[in-house]
Amino acid sequence: MRHQLGLAVGPATFRIGSAWRGPIDALARLYAAYPPIDFARRVPDFTVRLQPVQPWRRFIRSSIFIAGDHMLPDAAPMALEHGLLAAEMGMNLQMALGWRRHVLLHASCVEKDGKALVITGESGSGKSTLAAMLGERGWRLMGDEFALLDPASGMVFAFPRLVSLKNEAIDIATAGITPERIGPRLEGTPKGAIRHLVPNAEAIARMAEPAVPRLLLLPRYGFAEAHRPVEQGEAFVRLTEASTNYIALGEAGFGALVRFVRTVPAVALDYPDSATVLAAVEALWGEVA
Amino acid sequence: MSAALLAETLIDPGLVTRFDAPTWTALLTAARAERLLGTIADKLDGLAMPPDVAAILADTRVDARRDRQQALWEIDRAMVALAPLDCPVVLLKGSAFAAAGLLAAQGRAIGDLDILVPRDRLDEVEAALRGAGWEWVKPDPYDEAYYRRWMHELPPLIHVERDRMIDVHHTILPLTARPRPDAAAMIADAMPLANGISVLRIDDMLCHAAAHLIADGDMAGGLRNLWDIHCLLIEHGEDQSFWNGLDARSRHHQLRAPMRRAVRLSHRIFGTEVPKDWLGGGVLDGLFAARLLTRTSWGQEARPFLRLGFYFRSHLLRMPPLMLARHLWTKWRKGYRPIG
Repeated sequence: MRHQLGLAVGPATFRIGSAWRGPIDALARLYAAYPPIDFARRVPDFTVRLQPVQPWRRFIRSSIFIAGDHMLPDAAPMALEHGLLAAEMGMNLQMALGWRRHVLLHASCVEKDGKALVITGESGSGKSTLAAMLGERGWRLMGDEFALLDPASGMVFAFPRLVSLKNEAIDIATAGITPERIGPRLEGTPKGAIRHLVPNAEAIARMAEPAVPRLLLLPRYGFAEAHRPVEQGEAFVRLTEASTNYIALGEAGFGALVRFVRTVPAVALDYPDSATVLAAVEALWGEVA
Repeated sequence: MSAALLAETLIDPGLVTRFDAPTWTALLTAARAERLLGTIADKLDGLAMPPDVAAILADTRVDARRDRQQALWEIDRAMVALAPLDCPVVLLKGSAFAAAGLLAAQGRAIGDLDILVPRDRLDEVEAALRGAGWEWVKPDPYDEAYYRRWMHELPPLIHVERDRMIDVHHTILPLTARPRPDAAAMIADAMPLANGISVLRIDDMLCHAAAHLIADGDMAGGLRNLWDIHCLLIEHGEDQSFWNGLDARSRHHQLRAPMRRAVRLSHRIFGTEVPKDWLGGGVLDGLFAARLLTRTSWGQEARPFLRLGFYFRSHLLRMPPLMLARHLWTKWRKGYRPIG
């Protein structure tokens, strides 16, 4: 491909190729603090390709098709202005469809004193925003999209890619953060306005360090504050739903999730605004940590 | 092309001891795109390699093991659903290789379950599968009608709970294609395995593989099919009587030319040992070989015009020109475009 970049995020390495320069430049700026991958020495886990929908669409009505080792044949093409988002989606797709070394949980994750708070929920539950805010308030951000559960040790590994902030969460989570750590505002994406946030220096420097899961949080945004303990059976089902490779891993995946729900308490938390959820999380953490 | 590197590595795995990181990257990317990464993982098992490569191949072995287990389970489920019919059911392709424990199954990815049943039992088979949880995939009425009238298989069915596909064939080529293989003979002569399962005779497996690769489709992903042919040939092709039998059987199925070409290509690309009298002719083999080896180090397919040529060829093989024009016009209006 004409333009390329190597990236390491947590334990995974990526080779990203693009028919256009723009998406690679945007990625290079935001991933500048991440360890570089030298392809003369390293073999990347995954290849992502940002290629034209049709050969001539490199020049005329440029439109990106997200391809790579793993792809969705019917994926909708993306506008070239959203190239950064396309690259992120391509990397997520490789992880979701191809990662086999951990149970991949669609969850955000933060760490304190070697213990991890794992936050899972449907799109719109606020898990990215919550993790981003905690990551600026004394916690280490381990990831806003995927938490990697190791079947052998029961530990959680980090995948601290760029935090993807959407719509009203953008202003809330970027308040007080220097402009170098904030990506361009992408308007009119399939999920509305999106802005990427670079995790802070500590999150990137310590991205290889795992943590012991201590609390599983199942937040819901837009409700009056309330919380209830979640039983092991329900937590198990929620985690299987949140995992993209649970079936692919077979017995190892089952064993890892059983161990997780038996040792990690789970709490469902409804909240109306960010101040409430931050206070509630600290209070819940004080009870278990 | 990295596909050539892939072919060389498959037949001489020891080459990898000299690979640098970019060569490894090209090999793994091309192999994954050709659905041959599991086969590579199997061939390179035990050889020294960099740790990042070893980790990728270990992941692939996890997938291959699960694939095989799922494929055998799908066979089991289909046989349970079809048992009351007392109808011959013959496994095809990857599922057959796995069930029969053939060399071609080693590390091979297995997608759908493909079965062959007598054409006059199709309705019963369809009803039994639908009663056991399989449903239609294709919602489009034109595609549905097209399949039922002209194709060699039912429209694909998918299981509502397990999300796995089954292709029910009544012969091995579309009814619009010129060769008319003798599906009844294939079913009558099938090799029984345990539990009521059977697979095609080896020469029929080869005829099917050659028909599929050379006489049907545009050869995208064909390197894997050619590898199947290579494996079947090296496992069974030691004495002359095998080759005589293969020749007679391919003539019987009107597949002599595709079979000959498949054998020549296997010899050309994988170095398969083949009797001399099978290697004559084949002036266009170079084009076929080039089409099979278009994969680049980025996992893309190079040579767009060559591929477009084979795309049109695939349609001309499948149906007469006037019918083709009508079909392509209908598909175009529905928004389908050939290359993307």
